Amino acid sequence: MTTATILSRKGVGTIALLALAALLPLAVTEPSQQNFLILILMGAQMGVAWNIVGGYAGQVSLGHAVFYGIGAYTSTMLLLTLGLTPWIGALAGGLVAAAFALAMGWPCFRLKGHYFAMATIAVAEIMQILVTNSDALEGAVGLYLPMDQSGWGVLIFLSKLPYYYVILGLLVLTVLVSWAIERSHIGYYFRAIKDEPEAARALGVSLTRYKLIALTVSAFLTAMGGSFYAQKEMFIDPGSVFATTISIKIALIAILGGVGRLTGPVLGAVILITIEEYSRTLFGSTGSGTDMIIYAAMIILVAVFSPSGVLGLLGDLHRHLGRHLPGAKPAGGETSAKEIRP
Amino acid sequence: MNTAPLLAVDGLGKAFDGLIANRDISFIVHHGEIIGLIGPNGAGKTTLFNCLAGFHTPTSGRIAFEGQDITGSTPEAAAALGIARTFQIVRVFQSMTARENVMVGAMLRNKRVAEARERAEAELDFVGLSHRADTPASDLTVSEQKRLEVARALATEPKLILLDEVMAGLNPTEVREASALVHRIHQRGIASIIVEHVMEGIMPIAHRMLVLDYGAKIADGTPAQIAENPAVIAAYLGE
Amino acid sequence: MTADILIQVLVSGLLIGLIYALVAVGLTLIFGVMDIVNFAHGEFLMLGMYASFWAFAIFAIDPIVALPLTALLLFAVGVIVYQTVIRRILKAPMLSQIFATFGLMILLRGLAQFFWKPDHRLIPHSLVSGNIALGSVQFGLPQFVAALGAVGVTGALWMFLHRTRLGTALEATAIDREAATLMGIDGQKMFALAWGIGAACAGLAGGLIATFFPIFPEVGSNFILIAFVVVVLGGFGSVTGAFLAGIIVGLIEVLGGFLIGPEYKTAIVLSLLLIVLLVRPRGLLGKA
Repeated sequence: MTTATILSRKGVGTIALLALAALLPLAVTEPSQQNFLILILMGAQMGVAWNIVGGYAGQVSLGHAVFYGIGAYTSTMLLLTLGLTPWIGALAGGLVAAAFALAMGWPCFRLKGHYFAMATIAVAEIMQILVTNSDALEGAVGLYLPMDQSGWGVLIFLSKLPYYYVILGLLVLTVLVSWAIERSHIGYYFRAIKDEPEAARALGVSLTRYKLIALTVSAFLTAMGGSFYAQKEMFIDPGSVFATTISIKIALIAILGGVGRLTGPVLGAVILITIEEYSRTLFGSTGSGTDMIIYAAMIILVAVFSPSGVLGLLGDLHRHLGRHLPGAKPAGGETSAKEIRP
Repeated sequence: MNTAPLLAVDGLGKAFDGLIANRDISFIVHHGEIIGLIGPNGAGKTTLFNCLAGFHTPTSGRIAFEGQDITGSTPEAAAALGIARTFQIVRVFQSMTARENVMVGAMLRNKRVAEARERAEAELDFVGLSHRADTPASDLTVSEQKRLEVARALATEPKLILLDEVMAGLNPTEVREASALVHRIHQRGIASIIVEHVMEGIMPIAHRMLVLDYGAKIADGTPAQIAENPAVIAAYLGE
Repeated sequence: MTADILIQVLVSGLLIGLIYALVAVGLTLIFGVMDIVNFAHGEFLMLGMYASFWAFAIFAIDPIVALPLTALLLFAVGVIVYQTVIRRILKAPMLSQIFATFGLMILLRGLAQFFWKPDHRLIPHSLVSGNIALGSVQFGLPQFVAALGAVGVTGALWMFLHRTRLGTALEATAIDREAATLMGIDGQKMFALAWGIGAACAGLAGGLIATFFPIFPEVGSNFILIAFVVVVLGGFGSVTGAFLAGIIVGLIEVLGGFLIGPEYKTAIVLSLLLIVLLVRPRGLLGKA
């Protein structure tokens, strides 16, 4: 009974949120502000994708830029050389990234914890160097998307609005995949692997197989985000899509909001992108270091005081208040599945 | 019907960097049997468990499960064949509720979440933890966490369950409850090997006792025989 | 390739490798003592460089002369970082640990950028400058002095770890924390000491290279990944291993850059990291 009410309340909330997101550009018409919304959705999409492997399965990748870059370069190269529509190019990018994830995960998942994180940084850095020195990919010069075409076929638009709806759609897709995983046995296995890998094995869970599933799905979705980036910016170079700073940002969005929770990364993106953009406009353009200082202070505060992210903080607050409200019931049943601590 | 014994261990040995933890251990476990595995600290009991459950690859010897050679198989393969285990130091999934912990076990046989949940309810009831189903595993008492591990292992529908010191640290009432639980596991036709220091918990229920000392098996018999075995008495007094 | 060029390449590799070793010994000490990877280690080096720069710019103290001050300053920075941040995340999930030191890295870079501008700076007239020629092999005096200093500092650290009571306690903690605690060694004190010494080593490396390397807020990023490779290759927690591995990595980097192309030298070193992690995760001299 309670479960049903909560679920339907959740359903109504989700639909309301989606409607709000769909209608938001009607209120926010300024292109720069629309761009800001797009950046938030892009950040959220990356974070939700990272969360699958880094949050649920607890395998901290600090090299996700490698998938982002593969996505951006694959779709762009297919468009430039074969004239292939990015609709298919993005899928191809996702597949290439997924294949790369399999190849990289196979050896790297023999490593645990800090070692795995370091190996992922190394893989991404190596990739950045290789692409920077590749003539076929125009090396450090980068790739420009064709300026003379636009429309839904090539996914290049003169206004911001279509980009907003494309990335909103991609975010919804990413959240849906994440949600489906969370609710299936795979989600349970991921959390088991994160909590107690040896115990999970004793229950018949193959660590390699499920870690690979996590990384592959995450890589696929991250690559699609990379393809979108290329379409939106119409220019990519190794520094803008393969850099370790991108990897960090992706992971940070998830950890800031709350890892291992469906909505954590979305919240993280709202907070992080807002800070990034506002510190830039408030304190002048990049170079002053203020944006970095604020950014870093937040990372440290979250790491030290709230390992479960802002969402965890809100959860604690909610529980705390709930205890003092008359008629409040302790969380249980379906809701407890969402109360995941990292 | 398979006539092979459930588990046949033949000349099992395990060494770590030259340090011998198990040497030439042979024994047989029949379907549904309750085996007590005792021995002084460092006798190699947990190493033996780890070999049986696929966590260690034996250095020598063979392990056959229902006639099938499983020497050096992985833990997940062992679990799939029907060998379940608990851990000496509890390893419950801290971020999950008690029910979800057991669901992970149940998913070995049935990946459907709803059915795994039903199965989990049944196993929680079996170990007497139904009232704690929604409690985060990290909030359970150690005694409850041990029972949770048993429920989780049983949810994998094993034919053999390896219980590693499930009675350690329990008060006398809890020890009696644990003994009763082992007996009910036996009634379900599941064989168990129980590593235990709590003699009053294991002696009354075990069909047979294996005694290890310095990595080797020094006795194998009924609890009554073991209690009078001079080698066993020497091993324990010598400790 | 003639023998002369080979020797030239090997000498360059050796000189830079010794600097890598000095950066890495601090990192490996911290990791060995408390199983935390310090992503901000390159920033300790950066602070050491700036300390030298300002000592030179304001007080006209040569970086080489300022080294003891740099070491003291960075020791204090290391202890403060431990007491304010690291102490609170000792039992936190790995993700929090990674991000705490990662946050420190970005914070220190940001602060450097805020106070000292993102410009590249150089120390123009150091006591050590110019080239040395040994037969046909040439190398810079600053590089030579820096390498010599790195050997001296690493040697002093080794003596401290093996010849003093305090050092032995620290080394024992790095090798086996639990055993050390059982022996009555105060873990908290050792942790703080490891951070102090680790930061001081990185700072000294910074001071030593300040005579010939451009100084800028992000300079640490050039060293941190290489230091990781050195730590992994040497075996986590092993100072001797890090020293040897530093030389090996320096040689491989320069030799690989020479043979394959300088643009690939970082990629070569990072590939080495992957190979070591996969083939022999405990490194050359690391504990199993």
